[in-house]
Amino acid sequence: MFRYCIRRSIFALLVALTVSVATFFLLQVATDPAEAIAGPEADQAVVQQIREQYGFDRPIIVQYASWMAGILKGDFGQSFYWKMPVGKLIADHAPDTIELALSAVLVTIVIAVPLGIFAALRPNTIIDRLALSVAVSAQAIPNFWLGLMFIILFAVMIPLFPVSGDSTWRHFVMPAIVLGASSVPSVMRLTRAGLLDVMGSDYIRTARSKGFRGLNLLVRHALRNALLPVISVLAVQLGHKLNGSFIVESVFAINGLGRLAIDSIFGADIFTVQMLVFVFTLVFVVLTFLADVLNAWLDPRIRLG
Amino acid sequence: MTDATQNQALDAASEDIGEPSPAAALRRRILGHKGLLTGGIIIAVLILLAIFAPLLAPHSPYAQSLPNRLLPPVWVDGGRWTYLLGTDHLGRDYLSRLLYGTRVSLIIGLGAASISCVIGVSMGICAGYFGGRVDQIISYLLTCQLAMPGLLIVTALVFLIGPSLLVVTLVIGATHWTLYLVVSRSAAMQIRQLDYIAAALSIGSNRRQVLFYEVLPNLLNQVIVIFTLEIGVAILAEAALSFLGVGLQPPTPAWGLMIAEGKTAMFFQPWLVILPGAMLFILVIAINLVGDGIRDVTAPEHRN
Repeated sequence: MFRYCIRRSIFALLVALTVSVATFFLLQVATDPAEAIAGPEADQAVVQQIREQYGFDRPIIVQYASWMAGILKGDFGQSFYWKMPVGKLIADHAPDTIELALSAVLVTIVIAVPLGIFAALRPNTIIDRLALSVAVSAQAIPNFWLGLMFIILFAVMIPLFPVSGDSTWRHFVMPAIVLGASSVPSVMRLTRAGLLDVMGSDYIRTARSKGFRGLNLLVRHALRNALLPVISVLAVQLGHKLNGSFIVESVFAINGLGRLAIDSIFGADIFTVQMLVFVFTLVFVVLTFLADVLNAWLDPRIRLG
Repeated sequence: MTDATQNQALDAASEDIGEPSPAAALRRRILGHKGLLTGGIIIAVLILLAIFAPLLAPHSPYAQSLPNRLLPPVWVDGGRWTYLLGTDHLGRDYLSRLLYGTRVSLIIGLGAASISCVIGVSMGICAGYFGGRVDQIISYLLTCQLAMPGLLIVTALVFLIGPSLLVVTLVIGATHWTLYLVVSRSAAMQIRQLDYIAAALSIGSNRRQVLFYEVLPNLLNQVIVIFTLEIGVAILAEAALSFLGVGLQPPTPAWGLMIAEGKTAMFFQPWLVILPGAMLFILVIAINLVGDGIRDVTAPEHRN
């Protein structure tokens, strides 16, 4: 188990590093950061001065090395757009996004898992069809549009929740539902497939023949194994919610990391964008690592195989 | 003998044995699949609307008419028959803009899905067929791509390179190949061990011939399913980018952009937001129905 963890964590770190190198190069190659900072009308002398001031004239490998060395020393760089340390910016905006992402995953679990269980227990019935059509529709709805529809319905026509902002928990209800809805299809399908698979297995037949039935059979025997793959998918989905919440954040005017990312992109603030990409990747990698370890702990077949 | 008569002969022959020929069975499955038929008809109609948009649109999608700003659709009080679905904040005919918007979505969806298909399938075939070191490297790239905050990088790249239809299509295409890779890799791994590969190698086919004429055709069934679903994903990605203001730029009639433009007036003129979103929803759900349908029909054993 210990060796498994070490192996997985080295791999996870390697992935995060590779992604950070790739985005660093992509962003630097795709644009001239100095021109972006100077603005479209600046003349070449100014651009050249900015290039030297920020060190964009150095070879790109040197720039990456000094950026990475900064991170290791705890210096996340300075944002020229926000006129603030990038580390502080991220720390300020993170709580809203974390709250939003966690509640969105909660919404997903509450909707998708029971739906998947009902569908699997009564395959090819009305319930199953209904669950499947919920999944198919949720996959096709643009989530920013769903957000706007929610605002029209539940904030304007029936004023249940505030239109936008992030000051109370009531502000997070609609965004969490909208963000959570996008993962319902995959989690629902996986729960259904996993449970269908398990219900047909030999050990469930054995348990049945020993007299287990109903909820007891479902909870104590079937779900334990059926939900194993769901854990990994939920970890991945939480990662996606943390790094992909910016559309929902911009619809509901929530001042989280997504808003920070969008505004930094509009300000051509590539230091902040780069650091956000790195942080997001790191979070994603850590989450999938934790899910792997949890799965290996719960399922000896993975640990020993 | 033409193909059709040959098929008829085959059908007749198999009816004698009491079993439908594969072609007849496939036809029956297609016609018996409600989702596939519904989705197919909707897509066909939308494609026709897109192609004949210049003939069907009552106005130019760009023509502004400031006296006729923010007119409601004809069934709402104050609506006019000259503007069936109303007008936007610049007095442009909404129906015409929605019709032209179908073109934009379909072009970007097809373009991006094709680009990612070529990238993903070629990587997947190499990984699955060659295995070993090649597979390790490609699988590592896959892990990295999956760990990236995709939409954020897409947004940043499109905005920094400069938004245009071509850039949006290229960037979305270049970042959505993971599903193709996963599927074609596992398919190629299975195909590699089959007898017809050994047969092709033993009659002296070279590596290129085996990959193009043996492996590729035999995983197309699965790739087509992914291709269809990815068209929907790409259309939604473009709409999201345009909504955020980093995708297609005004005055392009793109549905995502129209939603963003209508957002400021949405409390009093909600149709400005509802209509383009509903178009997106209908198009993408039809595409997904067809994708799921193709999977059910070509590989009933993989039915969800």
